[in-house]
Amino acid sequence: MLFSLHFSLPPAITPLPFKPLSHVPHHHHTLNMLPSPPVLKSPLCSTMEHFTLNHHGKEEGLDGGVEVDQTLPLGLRRETMPRHVAVIMDGNRRWARSRDLPVRSGYEAGVRSLRTIVELCCKWGIKALSVFAFSSDNWFRPKVEVELLMSLFERGMQEDTGIFFRENIRISVIGDLVKLPQALQELILNLEETTKNNTHFQLIVAVSYSGQYDVVQACQRLALKAKHGHIEPSDIDISLIEQELETNCSEFPRPDLLIRTGGEFRISNFMLWQLAYTELFFAQSLWPDFGEAEFLKALLAFQQRQRRYGC
Amino acid sequence: MERLTGRLVQMYGNIVSFLRKCIFYILSVGLIPNHIAFIMDGNRRYTKRLNLMQGAGHKVGYSALMSMLKYCYELGVRYVTIYAFSIDNFKRSPEEVQSLMDLMLDKIEELLREESIVNRYGIRVYFSGNLKLLNEPVRLAAERVMLATAKNSKAVLSICVAYTSTNEIVHAVRESCEEKWDEITLLNSSGGYVPDESDHLIKVTDIEKHMYMAFAPDPDIIIRTSGETRLSNFLLWQSANCYLYSPSVLWPEIGFRQFLWAILNFQRIRFYFDRKRKQL
Repeated sequence: MLFSLHFSLPPAITPLPFKPLSHVPHHHHTLNMLPSPPVLKSPLCSTMEHFTLNHHGKEEGLDGGVEVDQTLPLGLRRETMPRHVAVIMDGNRRWARSRDLPVRSGYEAGVRSLRTIVELCCKWGIKALSVFAFSSDNWFRPKVEVELLMSLFERGMQEDTGIFFRENIRISVIGDLVKLPQALQELILNLEETTKNNTHFQLIVAVSYSGQYDVVQACQRLALKAKHGHIEPSDIDISLIEQELETNCSEFPRPDLLIRTGGEFRISNFMLWQLAYTELFFAQSLWPDFGEAEFLKALLAFQQRQRRYGC
Repeated sequence: MERLTGRLVQMYGNIVSFLRKCIFYILSVGLIPNHIAFIMDGNRRYTKRLNLMQGAGHKVGYSALMSMLKYCYELGVRYVTIYAFSIDNFKRSPEEVQSLMDLMLDKIEELLREESIVNRYGIRVYFSGNLKLLNEPVRLAAERVMLATAKNSKAVLSICVAYTSTNEIVHAVRESCEEKWDEITLLNSSGGYVPDESDHLIKVTDIEKHMYMAFAPDPDIIIRTSGETRLSNFLLWQSANCYLYSPSVLWPEIGFRQFLWAILNFQRIRFYFDRKRKQL
């Protein structure tokens, strides 16, 4: 896909050239090239009827707060924004350890980071964000830590319920939820039910999830259908499996971009099937340090990629 | 004069080979990956960049492949998998697809020769993928090679043709369902128990045993050249915990340097990974 050559407004700065997986450990440097856009932080729940790509950060007067021009940071193009971004939020514990803080502080800082990224996604027109909150493999961590994480999930969901409603955010939780504490399960089901008609943005939280688990559970459902005679085993194809994957709760089940923080170069059993054509971006910084600058860097890199899908 | 040049070239080759073996000897103090997979991306861009004839990039890519296989097997890597042709690649122009098929047929037949790399290193060859999608000459050649190398046991080369991971999983699921279907039918007819709703008919192990890649362990490293960082529907299931390395060189340009870097990083990461696991 050729990038749009008809782009009339030249960016004031050239985006950083993307260095694919440079193995020389490069130190996290802040993207200080951006002038701070003189735009009012627009309320997230405003109806964004049309978007104007406005490089000079013009702001429109808030006319009763109904329609506000959304602006993207310099360099980002609206037409090639990923619709669905997935994140592996790695590095919370290392972050805490490097500051001589307890592990709990690391996770709490991670939650704050997540809130920032959700806000940015809403602002920049990304429709869905999937986060790998808790892997099937994480059940093997020390019991104390697992309980801490469960209580953090519960607290996070309770505290942010108001925000989800205000910002028109739909929450979906995917994973093997039967392993979670009962109270948390109920909270999740309730939250999913009450936010299911929200349309502005979808946050998909993967808890007790793994890519292999997702494919296996899809297959089990198909096997059951075959057993009851609804389908023949020979009917099973790619689309039937995709319908049964847990990501079918989203309009965009396949992420366009996967970001993994923390410097590791692996998928760690996150959404395997759905990542078939996803662009992968490995960030060196730890998750609590992953803010607007780093996210922008990842999106700019994504927009420079040429996606051929085998052609 | 020419004989002297020839001798010098040969001597140079021998010295390089000796040095390489020394480096591999040192590397084998650390962990050697058991399985390396390659996504050979960048052949067309190489052709374009050097203004070569159509298809030349793939031919140079083939010799790059032979070098990489040599390094792998010399180091002691037991399994090597290459992404030769994806099902998605059938979407390319018919001329391009045909020329790739012709090249593949040519190279597959070369594998059968006495002096080929498979005999030198005792390699067993597998062709993984939906081989029914291939034209008959290529499919027959592939089957001949698989048969001819079936007794080799020192190492394994897995060539993914007409392959995508999603197709592999669909195929495995279908086979698992059909197997269970037959089992249940048999049990029912003989008055055996009927499994109830809560029974998990299909398990991970059922699916895994029907995968095209079932003969190999999961890869330790996946190397994709040309700087693209995506899996493109390659070994999705098997890459759950695999180290992904994405050098910016185009496939025909890949060499010893990138190979060495991949191994060193693999060893460093594995060391950290194992230490982290021990800490838990």
